Amino acid sequence: MMVEKWIERALFACALFCSLCVTAVFGFLVYFSWPLFGDAQGLAVVFSWVWKPFMGRFGILSMVAGTFGLAVLALGIAYPLAIGVACFTHGLAPARIRNAALSLVYFMTSIPTVIYGFVSVFILVPLFRDHFERGTGFCLMASAITLAVLIVPTIVISLRAEMDQRSEEVSMAARSLGLTPAQELLWVLLPCSGRGLVIAAVLGFGRAVGDTLVALMVAGNAPVVPRSLLDSVRTLTAHIALVVATDSQDRSYYSIFAAGLMLFLIMACLTLVIRGLGRRFGQGKENHGSAA
Amino acid sequence: MAVRPERLFSAFSWLAAGLVAVSVGALVVYLIVRGWPALSYTLFFGDTPWMAAVFGSEPVFDGIYPAMVGTFILIVFSSVIAIPLGVCCGIYLAEYAQSRLKATFSFMVDLLSGMPSIVMGLFGFALILLMRRTLFGHANTSLMLSSACIALLILPYLIRMTQVAFESLPDKVRLLGPSLGYTRWQNILHVKLPAASTSIFSGIILSIGRAAEDTAVIMLTGVVANAGIPRALSDKFEALPFTIFYLTAEHRDDTELQTAFGCALVLLVITGTLFFISYSIQKNLKRSWRHGE
Repeated sequence: MMVEKWIERALFACALFCSLCVTAVFGFLVYFSWPLFGDAQGLAVVFSWVWKPFMGRFGILSMVAGTFGLAVLALGIAYPLAIGVACFTHGLAPARIRNAALSLVYFMTSIPTVIYGFVSVFILVPLFRDHFERGTGFCLMASAITLAVLIVPTIVISLRAEMDQRSEEVSMAARSLGLTPAQELLWVLLPCSGRGLVIAAVLGFGRAVGDTLVALMVAGNAPVVPRSLLDSVRTLTAHIALVVATDSQDRSYYSIFAAGLMLFLIMACLTLVIRGLGRRFGQGKENHGSAA
Repeated sequence: MAVRPERLFSAFSWLAAGLVAVSVGALVVYLIVRGWPALSYTLFFGDTPWMAAVFGSEPVFDGIYPAMVGTFILIVFSSVIAIPLGVCCGIYLAEYAQSRLKATFSFMVDLLSGMPSIVMGLFGFALILLMRRTLFGHANTSLMLSSACIALLILPYLIRMTQVAFESLPDKVRLLGPSLGYTRWQNILHVKLPAASTSIFSGIILSIGRAAEDTAVIMLTGVVANAGIPRALSDKFEALPFTIFYLTAEHRDDTELQTAFGCALVLLVITGTLFFISYSIQKNLKRSWRHGE
């Protein structure tokens, strides 16, 4: 029928449009940072460690270091916690507490990032300032803790999805061996969920890299490579926000598009990693099915 | 006797859950305690009579009313753009797309959903730069641009929610249409879409929450600290999350700090309400399907 065909085409057009948007984002980032790639000198200016825009130094490498440092630290705090919470909500807790804990985890996803940052500025930052008597309190550690709270739900939800799937396969066997829920989780379910553990970590890392507000509000934004946990850092995301906000000279714009492009590529890599893991798993499952 | 590892593990997981619960609890309680005294008429409207503020005859100076209006308009316009597009896209992915194409499209959706919001904002900013260099010399960041970029930000959630809603329909719903001689589209329109609509609706609510809370996108695409109530889509505007951010960094006195706390509490209440609506819809949905089978 004609109508059917046109509807399918219209829906296809929607899907195509969405894909084109992604391509357009990438295209714009490349187009605007292109002048840098044209000459070796421009590239050297941006890929250097010094950010002094009024002296013509537009290096973003210290922001790259800041981004990775902050994300790794936040993940290091959040990951063990998230595994604990995921196991807690997956059999260790009594039913009623479990539901409350699960609701809490989902509720955490709805808290605006600006509020995480806001509260941290008034609770954590003074704590760091008074306790360590060094600097202003706006530092790597304070923002890493805040960011860790922010990414916990991401990790928990993704890990739980995997554990639910696994437990259907193994929990009967584990229980028939007389394992307690804690034993089952520790010795059977977690070792089985290797793929899910990696995916959850990657997702959490990505969320930490992509976040702007916490870093912008709490990390202090000094464009230098941090030497200690109490040093101020600036991330790529915060860098973009700051440069656009201060509306400085045209040439520093190149550097923010380079920063944007770098963020895009990091996220694309993480997406690819997750898809790679997912696909391999899918094939394995098919084999398993046919063997059975 | 040595401590058994699973005992230790169990204790650790209680500790982890407790720690997370305490930190979130502290956050919420702190906001309520500090924000509650700020909730007053002046927080919303300043010194302006509310009739005059609502009808726009007098500007509001010290209240967060303009920011609330800005956020509201932002939500409405980004939803108008993103919801039809996202739902159609989701339907296409769930019902029509074939293996290869489906993989490509869903990779694009994954990519879009992983995109940091600041990159989306940068995209909008670049769009304006390009327009200025080419055809429209005086193009500027505005409410319209922000809405479009926010729409792009929430699009992947909508697509995924729709797709999952369609793909997780039980078989009896799936087969009802064909058994009545419906064509593919009739089946989607008359059977599957109504059956999936509740869960799509909860996805929409969730994405509205995202639109309300995002700060990084609008920061680059037209939000300002003092714009008043926007009169046109090409105006600059205020928004709740940006007001919080701005006042945190720039508050001059205690009154403004109080405004910031009040504003944060208001935003938390708004996003929290949206979340609980969406969450309870999904919970009921799961329960009703389990009973239905």
